[in-house]
Amino acid sequence: MSAATHNEADVIVIGGGIMGTTTAFFLRRRKRSVILLERGLTGQQASGVNFGGIRRQGRALPQLAMANRALRTWQRSAELLGEDIEFLPVGHTRVCYHQKDVENFDQYAIDARAYGLDLEVLHGEALFRRFPFLGREVLAASISPFDGHANPRLAAPAFGRAAARLGARVVENTEIVRVEKEAGRFRVQSARGDVYWAAQLVICAGAWASRLSEQFGEAAPLTTHGPQMCVTEPVPYVFKSSMGVFTSIKEESIYFRQIPRGNIIVGGGPPGPADALTCRASVLPINTVRQLAQMRRLVPALAPLNVIRVWSGVESYLPDGEPVIGPSSKVDGLFYAFGFNGAGFQIGPGVGETMAELLGTGNAAIPLDVFSIARFAKQPVASSTVAAS
Amino acid sequence: MAPRVVVIGSGPAGVRAAQALVEAGLRPIVIDEGRRDGGQIYRRQPEGFSRSYDTLYGTEAERAASLHASFDALKSMIDYLPETLVWNISPNAVHLVSGTRYRTLAFDSLIVCSGATDRLMPVKGWHQAGAYSLGGAQVALKSQGCAIGSRIVMMGSGPLLYLVAAQYVKAGAQVAAVLDTSTFMQRVAALPRLLAIPAALKKGIALTRVLTQARVPVHRGVQPVEIKGSPHDGVSGVEVALPGGERLEIACDAVALGYHLRPETQLADLAGCRFLFDADTQQWLPQIDDDGRGSVKGVYLAGDGARVRGADAAERSGRLAALAVLHDHGMHVEGMERLRRELARFTRFAAGLRAAFPWPAKFAASLPDETIVCRCEAITAGELRRVVRATGAQEANRAKAFSRVGMGRCQGRYCGHAGAEIIAAAASVPLASVGRLRGQAPVKPLPVALTEASTEALTKAASTEASAEISE
Repeated sequence: MSAATHNEADVIVIGGGIMGTTTAFFLRRRKRSVILLERGLTGQQASGVNFGGIRRQGRALPQLAMANRALRTWQRSAELLGEDIEFLPVGHTRVCYHQKDVENFDQYAIDARAYGLDLEVLHGEALFRRFPFLGREVLAASISPFDGHANPRLAAPAFGRAAARLGARVVENTEIVRVEKEAGRFRVQSARGDVYWAAQLVICAGAWASRLSEQFGEAAPLTTHGPQMCVTEPVPYVFKSSMGVFTSIKEESIYFRQIPRGNIIVGGGPPGPADALTCRASVLPINTVRQLAQMRRLVPALAPLNVIRVWSGVESYLPDGEPVIGPSSKVDGLFYAFGFNGAGFQIGPGVGETMAELLGTGNAAIPLDVFSIARFAKQPVASSTVAAS
Repeated sequence: MAPRVVVIGSGPAGVRAAQALVEAGLRPIVIDEGRRDGGQIYRRQPEGFSRSYDTLYGTEAERAASLHASFDALKSMIDYLPETLVWNISPNAVHLVSGTRYRTLAFDSLIVCSGATDRLMPVKGWHQAGAYSLGGAQVALKSQGCAIGSRIVMMGSGPLLYLVAAQYVKAGAQVAAVLDTSTFMQRVAALPRLLAIPAALKKGIALTRVLTQARVPVHRGVQPVEIKGSPHDGVSGVEVALPGGERLEIACDAVALGYHLRPETQLADLAGCRFLFDADTQQWLPQIDDDGRGSVKGVYLAGDGARVRGADAAERSGRLAALAVLHDHGMHVEGMERLRRELARFTRFAAGLRAAFPWPAKFAASLPDETIVCRCEAITAGELRRVVRATGAQEANRAKAFSRVGMGRCQGRYCGHAGAEIIAAAASVPLASVGRLRGQAPVKPLPVALTEASTEALTKAASTEASAEISE
């Protein structure tokens, strides 16, 4: 069952982001024949423009098993891919400014331990001894030593190429407009009119997924937002741990990481507009200005630096903040992985491995019920499901 | 109510645009990154410097004086914001930074006169201390009255090559050689088009006479091989291949490079203007009509920032764009047809210059792998080629994402053209299909120390009509 004919395979994966490329990669490791269909180029949308955080802590507890699984792939990425996607296990640190958030850190550290995530929480003096550069408004730090960051521009394309080397057929510049099940097989048609066939279908098309899932009567209420990213000029490499502010106040919620060549990448704060139809997302100038003010609050010593570039991209969000992962509730052989709410990068390889396992064996080692698309069937869903915001 | 017009740039195009708007009774806002008006070509020396117009501008002294005088006379009738960078543009608003202060200004019409910078082709060793662009070398002389070295080689092609060399000679600097990649025959072939502006042709010939009289060696039809030097001591010499193939090495401690100019189009890009591939100049240019209207309503492009046609043309295209603004707001204007006719002559002359001093696209394919292409990120031609081959990236932004070429502080303004040529050659695809690097804010580095003007100040600035000058 390993060879794909030109337009037919065991599995078709629609969407070449981090979910789709890793799914294709792990399917090939299970010797399933795969066609990966991507509208543009692999890793070009949310998977390529995000912050690059390899962050488990702070995730909802039901996601941690998948995040742990993903981390094991990130740790082996150089060996699995044969190239460097700049994964650095330098730690991830959450900090906070408010007392109620300190309590949250303490509680989360207790809860996460049960899921295999060990965190160290520092308060007051101890945190400033560890991180002397932090602004004095910071009350506590929660450190996840094995997390870190990777280069989102490289990761999904590298998984896509690795999948192709293992025999997957990766078809770029091919937008899928029609999906249906016909006589026990999935028929997938591109805007150009090409038709592909497979026994199983995985839809991991990010902000564009619901256009496809609704053809099976399973629309999902996706909205789109653009992350507001910027990067500074390079300066000596001193900030090893990736860092982010945990807060209920959106304006304060910024994060940063430094790469060894010196640039500091910053994101967070209120999102900008993103339009799935035009594939355009922008950074609102005022968001950059306010982000920089929050950066100075978090690390005052950054004030003399300069920002050299800003960027955004189209990310998709679901109302409950959880993604859709797992089988269709209506059609046999149909699977979904989309709607990662701006937090899909780290968990991507875990999702890909789990999907490959699920497609191959019918079961997943990780419970997926909470991520089922069925949860949106219970409530009325807006008819047009690709909503710009 | 009078339309609120913002002019970006106070070089020849921006000044003439502002002047036309003032003549029509408007009070435009003129924003300039520089400390004083004049742009690059008529750059004013700092206060306290006392060189004469003749010394500073040579044959262009009269035009410089005229432009400066015009702007001085306009100052009370415009809102002038010097030392202010437009770092981003959103629909009908420009975003400014002055020092570390941020603010935004709404506009009904925007005239972008953003000028041009050197078009550069990498050469092995061009990242070393002592390697400048021709434009940079000229700024050093014009603004600060200093030379870039004590023994200088000028290399590349284009009118600026001879102009800067002649200016350096006149200033008393030692110009070791002028190394021109274009040939005499190319110049002869371009002659009919160069005759479109006889005065300009005459000035060009006069420049070469200055060099002959000063016994500056001029070599034509050369191919740059290497800028020699070391990380510690910087540039120590230049090696080129002469037309016959033999190598020539010239000792120097500074070199100025350039292959004519390229428009600074990032602001047009951020404003959302459509770009088209221009086969004639082998680059992507914002689409404009004869009067300078961009593809976005309310956005006008003028001067060398739209099309490189020189300062005299810039004065005309600046005025024409302003007249187009007035016309589009339903005002009666005169003189557009005459300006269009004059500009057509400059367009023809500019085509002649490009033929006489062609962009040496073919050099990109033969650059040694170890040549640094992207100086901001220190990425070599070999690495860019490797990425193209290993990842299949054949599009400029894709190759940038994988290789970092164009990802540094200049955002590809200086390496983008050459990078695209290298990608095209490595992937065996036409240059046009490589596309262009998408512009991303900020146009130039933006301080992290940026502070937001209060909402009140923003509102006040946004509602200033014909009142006092907007000032810090």
